[in-house]
Amino acid sequence: MALTVADVLAQSQVESVMDELDADLVGLAPVKARIRDIAALLVIDKLRANLGLQSQAPSLHMNFTGNPGTGKTTVAMRMAQILHRLGYVRKGHVVSVTRDDLVGQYIGHTAPKTKEVLKRAMGGVLFIDEAYYLYRPENERDYGQEAIEILLQVMENQRDDLVVILAGYKDRMDTFFQSNPGLSSRVAHHLDFPDYSGAELLSISDKMLGTMNYGFGAGAREAFDEYLSLRLAQPHFANARSVRNALDRARLRQASRLFAQRDRPLTRDDLTTLLPADIRASRVFAAAASSPS
Amino acid sequence: MMTNTGNRVTQGQFSFLPDLTDAQITAQIEYALKQGFAVSVEYTDDPHPRNTYWEMYGNPMFDLKDPAGILLEINACRKTYPSHYIRVMAFDSARGWETPRMSYLVNRPKVEPGFALERQEVEGRSIRYTTRSYAANKPENERY
Repeated sequence: MALTVADVLAQSQVESVMDELDADLVGLAPVKARIRDIAALLVIDKLRANLGLQSQAPSLHMNFTGNPGTGKTTVAMRMAQILHRLGYVRKGHVVSVTRDDLVGQYIGHTAPKTKEVLKRAMGGVLFIDEAYYLYRPENERDYGQEAIEILLQVMENQRDDLVVILAGYKDRMDTFFQSNPGLSSRVAHHLDFPDYSGAELLSISDKMLGTMNYGFGAGAREAFDEYLSLRLAQPHFANARSVRNALDRARLRQASRLFAQRDRPLTRDDLTTLLPADIRASRVFAAAASSPS
Repeated sequence: MMTNTGNRVTQGQFSFLPDLTDAQITAQIEYALKQGFAVSVEYTDDPHPRNTYWEMYGNPMFDLKDPAGILLEINACRKTYPSHYIRVMAFDSARGWETPRMSYLVNRPKVEPGFALERQEVEGRSIRYTTRSYAANKPENERY
């Protein structure tokens, strides 16, 4: 009896995973599309298995590139959860490392250090942040290359046990891959994290305030929207991280405002609402006012 | 009546069963990790049952979540010492236990020569007994 996709979906957690993903992460269209593809492959694999057609699990090593604050680390953490619920990784924990955790300080130190990290990460996801620091061609006493060799071997031979996610800025990751063709061929999924638009940043700020038990008061949301459009025009904008910093500063101003009213009993509403004044006190508005473009 | 054809050393768990497959070893390690035991790999070529001085192969692995990493160590140990006895131990550090809770052999030499019973006559024609492994006739690392 041939099953339909709907039958398989009803039995597994795939749909709830996809719905959660859509709800929790704002924007990130290419990432969501790729995850949807992986989930679809899982469903089709199950249908094939019903007919006795065996298939190999796909290579799941990934490379996340993008500007700061676009959600690379956040998605890597979620990816472990998602892959675990889809059944591609066994335990779903994330081991997050940088170069220092893999490379040793003296001869013979690197291999055991890297192997220990890899053993800890088996059954889950190994997330290597700023992966390009592993490769230092100008310093011949650098042991980063050894760590890369061990990684390559495990990424190929223990594909079913471990998923490696590399992350970093796009231009430097491109250079890194050019000098390590073995690594580049083992990574099947190169995902670019685009910068967020103004509307996406606003909805991210709504989510952040929600988790922190704050809310925008009347007019505050529009004020923040204005703030974002002014701030986007300025350099060094770090997407979601800048939004978080801006909201933290707004919280500081709210706290100072309430602190000044010593004898007023503060209700729950007072304590959780950010007023437009808390946002408009930002230097960004002052700078815009003083230099009309 | 107990039979042990082939002189297989019967130390630790599962020693009367046929050799464990990798899948079975994975299942046992999975159990140990779930209980929070620290798993370690040890080897020796002295099979005497009172030999507690097995060599450690690497450090005990107490922070692993998945048996695949430990199986990696076991296979590396098998490749390095193909004709030694290799065992996997699981240590429970909970208060009140603080003891190895599991211990089973995962590798044996191809031929195990077995044990001899040595008798020593003492005063009054009393006899003291001890066992001695035939393998111990040769020096270390040349036994199998």
